[in-house]
Amino acid sequence: MSTKNWPLWEIFVRSKNGLEHRHCGSLHASDAEMALENARDVYTRRNEGVSIWVVESKHITASNPENNGELFEPAQDKVYRHPTFYDLPDEVKHM
Amino acid sequence: MSEDQIKNLEKEFEARIARDEKIEPKDWMPEKYRQTHIRQMSQHAHSEIIGMLPEGNWITRAPSLRRKVALLAKVQDEAGHGLYLYSATETLGISRDQMYEQLHTGKAKYSSIFNYPTLTWADMGAIGWLVDGAAIINQVPLCNTSYGPYARAMIRVCKEESFHQRQGYEIMIKLANGTPEQKEMAQDALNRWWWPSLMMLGPTDDKSVHTAQSMKWKLKRKTNDELRQQFIDQTVPQADLIGLTVPDPDLKWNEERGSYDFGEIDWDEFWQVVKGHGPMNKARMKARVGAWERGQWVRDAAMAHAEKKEERKQKQAV
Repeated sequence: MSTKNWPLWEIFVRSKNGLEHRHCGSLHASDAEMALENARDVYTRRNEGVSIWVVESKHITASNPENNGELFEPAQDKVYRHPTFYDLPDEVKHM
Repeated sequence: MSEDQIKNLEKEFEARIARDEKIEPKDWMPEKYRQTHIRQMSQHAHSEIIGMLPEGNWITRAPSLRRKVALLAKVQDEAGHGLYLYSATETLGISRDQMYEQLHTGKAKYSSIFNYPTLTWADMGAIGWLVDGAAIINQVPLCNTSYGPYARAMIRVCKEESFHQRQGYEIMIKLANGTPEQKEMAQDALNRWWWPSLMMLGPTDDKSVHTAQSMKWKLKRKTNDELRQQFIDQTVPQADLIGLTVPDPDLKWNEERGSYDFGEIDWDEFWQVVKGHGPMNKARMKARVGAWERGQWVRDAAMAHAEKKEERKQKQAV
């Protein structure tokens, strides 16, 4: 008999159509079907969702905060990617 | 890492918390921060799980369908709250099984209030009103705590918890306005749950070993004594309103402080219960461990079924 523990699943819930699925927590379940059923009971007891995604946690690859500098800092000095960088004559109202 | 490097990281870490930045699971954190959070968060989760037992005792005997659906929903919420908190704690690198093991062997504690028995239906009212009331006072500041997963779990918990307190108070109102016997039952429940509820907010500040460090990490935002005073000031008028008497002869409004003065808490009783000598400690652990052991075959069967399905799928794919 297996004594393996139920794997961990990450749960994403779409609160209503038109909005994205958002991560709301995790839970243990023996398979995807059970993860869905448990997610419904644990995370949507008060109409919090219209759709659920479950992903086994081990399939998620996360960036390492230690690399945040090289990953995210290069975006900080690129002000020319924002509309406010460009000068417009006052007469132009909508652009 | 050298000692100097760690010191630097620690300094940067404390500065982040001081700036009200959140700490997320993969961020560097001092070992003590990790361990303190594992201890507090798992205790919190265990309290939700054990907290189902005193109320579960009354589900089949709820006096009406309205009361029964409310109590069922409340107990189900507590299971949910336990699960939010367990999964948040797992992000710190402890497994669910390790946490259960600590609970079942008595290594981890849970809130001592759940070691008192629920003798009458009025206890369902008193628990919702007082125990959940005290819990909310404890939990609201935690929605801003520094560890992201804990703060997010607490926001969900707090959102759901306010119905718990209201349904309890409603039970008390109904009983307090009922027959003399019903009113007496409500008063008796208040008598038994009042002091344990005050103890639930933790030892006095001068005796609390973790307060200073926890305040620094925003794991605690108010001291135990501040929380207790807040609970008393908010609850006494609610008792007055429904004609019940708080069982404390020293309770008196202090005009100058704008707060109630209150009598001495029996801390010997508190420590006795914490150490395992409360009226229900053994029964609670027996029920919990029994449920876990009786569920073993179900967990094993589910896992075996999942593996078999997976194998079949792979065979078909070949």
